[in-house]
Amino acid sequence: MSDALGHFNYWAVVVLMMVGFYTLIARGNLVKKLIGLNIFQTSVIMMYVSFGKITGGTAPILVEGDHGEAVEHVVYSNPIPHVLMLTAIVVGVATLALGLSLVVRIKEAYGTIDEDEITAKDNAQ
Amino acid sequence: MDDRVILRVGAKILIPFILLFALYVQFHGDYGPGGGFQAGVIFAAAFVLYALVYGLGNAFKVLPPKVAYVCGALGVALYVGVGYVSMALGGNFLDYNVLAHDPAHGQHYGIIGVELGVLITVFGAMVALFYAFAGRRRIDP
Amino acid sequence: MSENLPALLIVVPLMLAPVAALVGRAGASWAVATAACWWALYASLALLLRVWDEGVIRYALGGWPAPYGIEYRIDLASAFVALIVAVIGAIAIPYARTSIAREVAEDRAPLFYTAFILSLTGLLGISITGDVFNVFVFLEISSLSAYSMIALGQDRRALTAAYQYLIMGSTGATFIVIGIGLMYVMTGTLNMVDLAERLPQVADNRTIPVAFTFLTVGITLKLALFPLHLWLPNAYTFAPSAVTAFMASTATKVSVYLLLRFFFTIFGFQFSFERMQLDMVLMPLALVAILAMSLVAIYQANVKRLLAFSSVAQIGYMVLGISFGSVLGVTAGILHLFNHALMKGALFMAMGCVMYRIGSVRIEKMAGLGKAMPWTMAAFVLAGLSLIGVPLTVGFVSKWYLVQAALERDQWAVAGVVMVGSLMALVYIWKVVEVAYFGELDPDHEIQEAPLSLLVPTWVLVIASFWFGIDATGTAEVATAAAESLLRGLP
Repeated sequence: MSDALGHFNYWAVVVLMMVGFYTLIARGNLVKKLIGLNIFQTSVIMMYVSFGKITGGTAPILVEGDHGEAVEHVVYSNPIPHVLMLTAIVVGVATLALGLSLVVRIKEAYGTIDEDEITAKDNAQ
Repeated sequence: MDDRVILRVGAKILIPFILLFALYVQFHGDYGPGGGFQAGVIFAAAFVLYALVYGLGNAFKVLPPKVAYVCGALGVALYVGVGYVSMALGGNFLDYNVLAHDPAHGQHYGIIGVELGVLITVFGAMVALFYAFAGRRRIDP
Repeated sequence: MSENLPALLIVVPLMLAPVAALVGRAGASWAVATAACWWALYASLALLLRVWDEGVIRYALGGWPAPYGIEYRIDLASAFVALIVAVIGAIAIPYARTSIAREVAEDRAPLFYTAFILSLTGLLGISITGDVFNVFVFLEISSLSAYSMIALGQDRRALTAAYQYLIMGSTGATFIVIGIGLMYVMTGTLNMVDLAERLPQVADNRTIPVAFTFLTVGITLKLALFPLHLWLPNAYTFAPSAVTAFMASTATKVSVYLLLRFFFTIFGFQFSFERMQLDMVLMPLALVAILAMSLVAIYQANVKRLLAFSSVAQIGYMVLGISFGSVLGVTAGILHLFNHALMKGALFMAMGCVMYRIGSVRIEKMAGLGKAMPWTMAAFVLAGLSLIGVPLTVGFVSKWYLVQAALERDQWAVAGVVMVGSLMALVYIWKVVEVAYFGELDPDHEIQEAPLSLLVPTWVLVIASFWFGIDATGTAEVATAAAESLLRGLP
């Protein structure tokens, strides 16, 4: 039981991932699809950051002693997943920006941002 | 009285602090959470706030769109330029150890250089994005 | 300079991309893009020759040794794929000048060339990097610039095609990131060589097969293997012609390379094929891709769309070769990477010439073009012969290796499917040839031959597909050596 509670982070990741993925697939509104993609990517970010936590670890910033020297035998959390996720966040922002600009252009060209209506207009043409 | 006075006065007071905070985050990235991307976004947020409160026309006068594009491109050139300097000084690409008289200082200078490049690019890109979206006319239904 | 060549291959185009954005005029940006592409060609050729002589090249970025730092690890397969990308880029860029001037607005052209250079950089980076997260970063660089390039197409459906590609491509990339994360949490490393050493020790944990699955689905999405190919037909049809010619010959090929790298180098042959039964998954999908997609291609009225479905079928051939898991099979897959790049590049460039002159690629509008545009249609016919697999062409060489690999495992049915695929290719190529050569030219409109700047790159690729078909020893040697080094795994 305590295992399930201790894994709370991962349960949150799974829920967010499924919510995001479902929104991505099932919604016809183009903006909602992008939001779903973003939620999906956010869950992955949470997953990586959870991977980085070491039991009993403090933030990965060098702890300095009284006279400025580095303290020994401190357990730090892993900083690598944080660094990787900085990159992933930037990629997610760029994807969202590109997607939203495409949606704006699609709205100007088609007059609608609903996927079914766009397909109908394409088939009619 | 114009009901936007509070917004205008508030923005005038806050924007310099936002810019300062962005620079703080930028330089604090060496020692704690922070760095180029976050600082660039906060820096751009100040300009976005200005554009929201004072109007896009005034924002264009303060920071023309062309300057935003140039910033976006220039930051990448700066980042890659630091890498080139490392190669010219005999190390591998982006090898900061060769940039100064000893590796610790070299790492310091290298990180400051590339983070500055990231700041400029992210700032330019964010402002360019805002201008691109805000600059379109209202889409009539 | 020569010891920094792996980094310079990526960094010189990366430096030229903001320059192309800053110069602001279409002609100057094109010149910068040409410099980037031809530098990439020179550097990738130099790297391939060096790897052929000396073996694997390892370059530590930032001076940090692997596995602490990111390293570029170039072996034969990497150098070969990088060369393919660079060759297609170098041939597409002179083609792009005239084609893009017609299809993209003048004030957008500098941004187009910036996106082109960035896409080239991303694809080259995927080929030569030795760190899995670096693969994701370069993958996203190349994909995001590809989405923007596709959206510049003239038809308004280019926008929805780019959007659909964005959604599906980002989902695939996120799946790849999930797989990488699961591998990282079990082994603590992101370096490919280090992962290959550590994965067997933790492979009993359920996490590793799950990571494998996520990676397979993600890469298959990027690869456009049936049934995850839905983005490809629209993206290829509505993109500008130069973009289709460049992307059709590079983006999916690099994803096939990724598949090879993950399955053979990182996870290893034993884990992928014996424990996870990869051949049971990939082979049926590849066979269905070949048959179903060729069939769908026959019924298309838009020739670019026809060629796009044909591409999905050809990707089926590549994955079929890989799913055999034998030296002959993987050689066939790698060879088809190169050959298909040449063939499809030539075909899409010929379609770009047609688009340039008549403004449409619908098959009914192409009636009688064989007389009005003889060189263009001749290029189409010859490249089409290569697609079918007529002897003396590169298509024949790949099919030959594929059939040999199938017969080596006594799988006569599979060899039969390969033959049927060729027959169906014959049908859809003949469909276009019949209209072009036996149709009636519209007497009202005077149609000229395409300009030289479009014809010469097309014919370079056509001649290359015959050259490497008649004398395939060079490419076959490299492909076999690459396949052997992949299957051998790491020492």
